[in-house]
Amino acid sequence: MITRREFLQASMALAAITGTDAFGSWSRLAAQQTLTQDDLLRFDDFGNVTLIHVTDIHAQLKPIWFREPEINIGVGEAKGVVPHLTGTDFLSKFGISKGSADAYALTYDDYVALARSYGRMGGMDRVATVVKSIRAARPDSLLLDGGDTWHGSMTSFLTKGQDMVNVMNALGVEAMTSHWEWTYGTDRVKEIVETLPFPFLGANIFDVEWDEPAFEPYKIFERGGVTVAVIGQAFPYMPIANPRWMFPEYSFGIREERMQEVVNEVRAAGADLVVCLSHNGFDVDRKMASRVKGIDVVLTGHTHDAVPEPVLIGETILIASGSNGKFVSRIDLDVRDGRMMGYRHKLIPIFSDVIKPDADMAALIDKEREPFKAQLEEKIGTTDSLLYRRGNFNGTWDDLICDAIRSERDAQIAMSPGVRWGTTLLPGDAITREDIHNVTSMTYGACYRTEMSGETIKTILEDVADNIFNPDPYYQQGGDMVRVGGLAYAVDVSKPIGERISSIALADSGEAIEAGKTYTVAGWASVNEGTEGPQIWDVIETHVRKIGTVQLKPNTSVTVTGI
Amino acid sequence: MELSRRDALLFGLGGLVVIALPGAALAANAEELAAAFAGGVAPQTGGITLTAPEIAENGNTVPIEFDAPGAVAVMLLAAGNPEPSVATFKFGPAAGSHRAATRIRLAKTQDVIALAKMADGSVRQAQATVKVTIGGCGG
Repeated sequence: MITRREFLQASMALAAITGTDAFGSWSRLAAQQTLTQDDLLRFDDFGNVTLIHVTDIHAQLKPIWFREPEINIGVGEAKGVVPHLTGTDFLSKFGISKGSADAYALTYDDYVALARSYGRMGGMDRVATVVKSIRAARPDSLLLDGGDTWHGSMTSFLTKGQDMVNVMNALGVEAMTSHWEWTYGTDRVKEIVETLPFPFLGANIFDVEWDEPAFEPYKIFERGGVTVAVIGQAFPYMPIANPRWMFPEYSFGIREERMQEVVNEVRAAGADLVVCLSHNGFDVDRKMASRVKGIDVVLTGHTHDAVPEPVLIGETILIASGSNGKFVSRIDLDVRDGRMMGYRHKLIPIFSDVIKPDADMAALIDKEREPFKAQLEEKIGTTDSLLYRRGNFNGTWDDLICDAIRSERDAQIAMSPGVRWGTTLLPGDAITREDIHNVTSMTYGACYRTEMSGETIKTILEDVADNIFNPDPYYQQGGDMVRVGGLAYAVDVSKPIGERISSIALADSGEAIEAGKTYTVAGWASVNEGTEGPQIWDVIETHVRKIGTVQLKPNTSVTVTGI
Repeated sequence: MELSRRDALLFGLGGLVVIALPGAALAANAEELAAAFAGGVAPQTGGITLTAPEIAENGNTVPIEFDAPGAVAVMLLAAGNPEPSVATFKFGPAAGSHRAATRIRLAKTQDVIALAKMADGSVRQAQATVKVTIGGCGG
């Protein structure tokens, strides 16, 4: 019998928005109950507007394993606060019992045992059931997609995002914003956007040549007698974190002044409620919400945080809905006299064994997968180790990937990008071709081999570390640290750029890396045009076939201080 | 959707003169250039807005914009470039606005500084750190 603690039923008094302690009135039900779909969906309707938020699905149509991070360090003002709490700190912050369904969904502790008890999460057919149920209660609900939707799986790669477009259209999305969508290139993005029955929003997407807005910044909806403005904010560091040559016509950026202008514009146009559908990442959104006035709700994405309560910043609530289809957020709002007077929120965990698949969506997903089924499901090997990626430093999937790169490309050092997507496999699981794609799928997956000086290696480590640990969130790009194989280093996250990384050495021999010496380095996901090499998933497949069963040793190559 | 041209590119309007750069001030650093421009007046904050990206999408062409209502001259400096002097903009009495936008090259992560000389002789300063990064790994 599966038992669980009732998921958070966040309800608060109307006065709390303008009152003192916003978090004093959360109700928490500690009782263990039988886990049912009705429990997961139970929600006392509130106010007059309902928002439904999904984000960072990364093309995961089917239920998956996804282990939340063990290490997720916050710096500056974000030090030690949500979403930079993991494990028991996270559990105690939100009053979640160890070993509960919530603990499984939201943290990494005892992941394997809990995964075996509670089963896979997500699946767009289950998400469809949840969305339909919310719409049955509140027909006027507004379904918003925070982006990173068309990318992340083998089927999305092979169909250039079309499988996800078809599924999200069937789900009835009403507006979206973007990030990895752009890695299909400008032409493909435009081709899809022309067919979408909803707007592809990005107030911060500008034309490079004229530096003027290039996509719809916002859309105004009339819902429940309320005028709702939804402003889109695409991933700000698109041309830096991903290959600029794939979408050279566009510039992005945080563009805080632009966001304020657009908020002012929609307020002047009569918006009672202003929602920012953002792909900034949590810390960037927290800062933006504290500086741009007049946003009621920020639906944040990009950094893959699942936060069971809204975070209040001034009079703005920040909602973080996780990734990979693991969660759907429902937010009910009371909007009167042109302002938000109160809210009720639930981060609904999509337990795939509990929520019944929607038959129509299940059929559509099967149809999308059918042409590729044999390719997807081919077993390449088996893993004895837990394979996961998420976390600030090396994950076990990347240890395997780096092993594959070093062995197949004959390099001293391997580098694997610190992306936050990539699903999990449990010990004993088969490794299928689809599983390998789930952690590598991309349009610039060539596995290069090159020579680098020790100085260049240090520069790369310093540069990426600053993208995560710069104390000003506006200088963070929202990924994790570049993963390395064959290399050991120490990082002091409290130091400025140029001083964080030390003790760089070849991991096998312990030999120190010298600035002027040259090393063979292989990696993947280079943002440079014309990068050559075999596709990374083929490199991994070859390696896994050779070894048969994956058995990883604990990785102790990175020493972290200054936390 | 209406796509109106941003009204920032106002070169050539209202008596704006751009004085072209390098050569003239060889080897002068940003501090010396700022001091010479300010003429002994201590710069104050406020009165000038500098808009720059937090992280440059392309360090070779970084869009920079300033707005300094009432300024008679504005000096732009890139403190970390081998030649920090970027441009000095002079505004005549007929200037309809006191803003300009341009694109500059930044050799590395550094502060971009805008100094405005106002009609009353005061000097205003704004600055922004622009990060120039090697990119990749976002995600």
